[in-house]
Amino acid sequence: MDEPVLQVEGLRKSYGDTVAVDGISLTAQPGEILGLLGPNGAGKTTTLECLEGLRRPDVGRLEVLGLDPTRQARGLWNRIGVQLQSSGLPRTMRVDEAMTFFAAYHGVAPRYDLLERLGLAEKRRALCGELSVGQQRRLALALAMLHNPPLIFLDEPTAGLDVASRVELHAMMQELRAQGTTLILATHDMAEAEKLADRVGILLRGKLVALGSPRHITSVGASWTKVSARTENDCLADGAPAFPEVLQQQASEEYAMYYSSNPGPTVAALLAYIEAQGDRLIDLRVERPSLEERFLELTQEEAR
Amino acid sequence: MTAFAQHFLFEFRTGLRNKDRLLLNYLFPLGFYVMMGLLMVNINPMFQETMLPAMVVFTILSAAILGLPSPLVEARDGGVFRSYRINGVPSLSILAIPALTTLFHALIVSAIIALTINPLFGAPLPVDWVSFWATSLLVALACAGLGSLIGVISSNTQVTVLWSQLIYLPSMMLSGMMVPLSLLPAGLARAAALLPATHAMRAYAAYAYGQPVSGSALVSVLALTAGGVLALGLAMLLFRWDSQLAERRAHPALALLALAPYAASLLFL
Repeated sequence: MDEPVLQVEGLRKSYGDTVAVDGISLTAQPGEILGLLGPNGAGKTTTLECLEGLRRPDVGRLEVLGLDPTRQARGLWNRIGVQLQSSGLPRTMRVDEAMTFFAAYHGVAPRYDLLERLGLAEKRRALCGELSVGQQRRLALALAMLHNPPLIFLDEPTAGLDVASRVELHAMMQELRAQGTTLILATHDMAEAEKLADRVGILLRGKLVALGSPRHITSVGASWTKVSARTENDCLADGAPAFPEVLQQQASEEYAMYYSSNPGPTVAALLAYIEAQGDRLIDLRVERPSLEERFLELTQEEAR
Repeated sequence: MTAFAQHFLFEFRTGLRNKDRLLLNYLFPLGFYVMMGLLMVNINPMFQETMLPAMVVFTILSAAILGLPSPLVEARDGGVFRSYRINGVPSLSILAIPALTTLFHALIVSAIIALTINPLFGAPLPVDWVSFWATSLLVALACAGLGSLIGVISSNTQVTVLWSQLIYLPSMMLSGMMVPLSLLPAGLARAAALLPATHAMRAYAAYAYGQPVSGSALVSVLALTAGGVLALGLAMLLFRWDSQLAERRAHPALALLALAPYAASLLFL
């Protein structure tokens, strides 16, 4: 296995009496997309800012690309790309000027192709203050990529983007991963994290409550599996018996849904019942909870 | 093009693109100059004698003391410095380049005034142009230092206006720009030594116009130089990348030290 590009051990950061990040440990491998999920105030941005060298942690060992972000931030900034939550660009700076300005500080040639790729070619002469939120985010992303860094931090990259831009951005992120770039993605968007991230860390109240692949997170600890069935004569609609291992059941217009703690016996009993009723199965789905459902479950557990 | 040149060009253009900066760099000083030329010369013919240095000092005060601080506060609050930081823009560039471009704008307006003041309003021209421009540069350095310092220590733009006016208004009234120092009560004239504009007017009179002055013009030059360098140094020390970060390297009250060279000049004038 390659050396991790990012290692965090016991990161803790407080603001006065408020603990924003409480003992987080994680790593990221080269070419990996690591998603950080959590509600507002969970500690995602503080974690990113500590890793980016913008904030000094109270406790913890941090290593990013072999550098300590607290002590070697200056060396780090030329090797990482950062898309901040707010674009942070001067309102009076033109789009192409931003490209030449930041390229000059990174000591590289401007990458106007990135502006084209991100749909900003027509806005090259526009002032940053005239751009929409989505356009500002795309520009911030282009600037984060212009010096070809091996590690890019993205804080809510698709917030405010239209569908087409979101698809383009996702494609670009996958392309970067294929080239070996590591992406640390803080997002609220569960579907985005599930689709893109190789691993996901779920942060709640400053604590990392789950870390692993989206599949792993949704399977480990999840106490139920959803079994949905649809039949020709709706024999499951009314008067169906309680199937084994079912924790809860629901009916929508077409499907009967069972939340089962053990789907094997549930499905077997369900099929037997349909056959006994002389009905015919049209559709049967056995689904593990989505990342979003697992996230809500974890949130509720944490609240208890 | 180097990063410094890119940054300088951007800040210089911002001085023209931003409506507030354009107003304070160009429109306000030039408008005031024309108004003073048309009105004040008729009301107070003595004003003509000091009109050129007074208008140049006014131009520098407008651009540096009124125009420079607020954009620094807005950029800090808007996360611009944070964005600069992660892209390797040094704090020295963030402070020094706007100060330099402000100085450039002020010198362009000063040149327009210097070229037109005699044909338009009959104001006398300096006998020593080198000293005139050297003094102008020094005044611009002193005021840009103070403007940067105000921007760095102010928590918001309202506070910026308050600090700026504390220097700007007394400068207009007490420095000898509008009313000769000799006409002021002794106590006020002495207090005026705390203002860079007072030292500027004394240095112009002595070196650019070859006139006798009360007190030592050399002390004024030294006060302006030390004041400018100290203010910029303190601005660097007190600079914050981010309004959300509570950590400061020193207490903002330390900014008052920037007035020390002017206060010390009282001992030698």
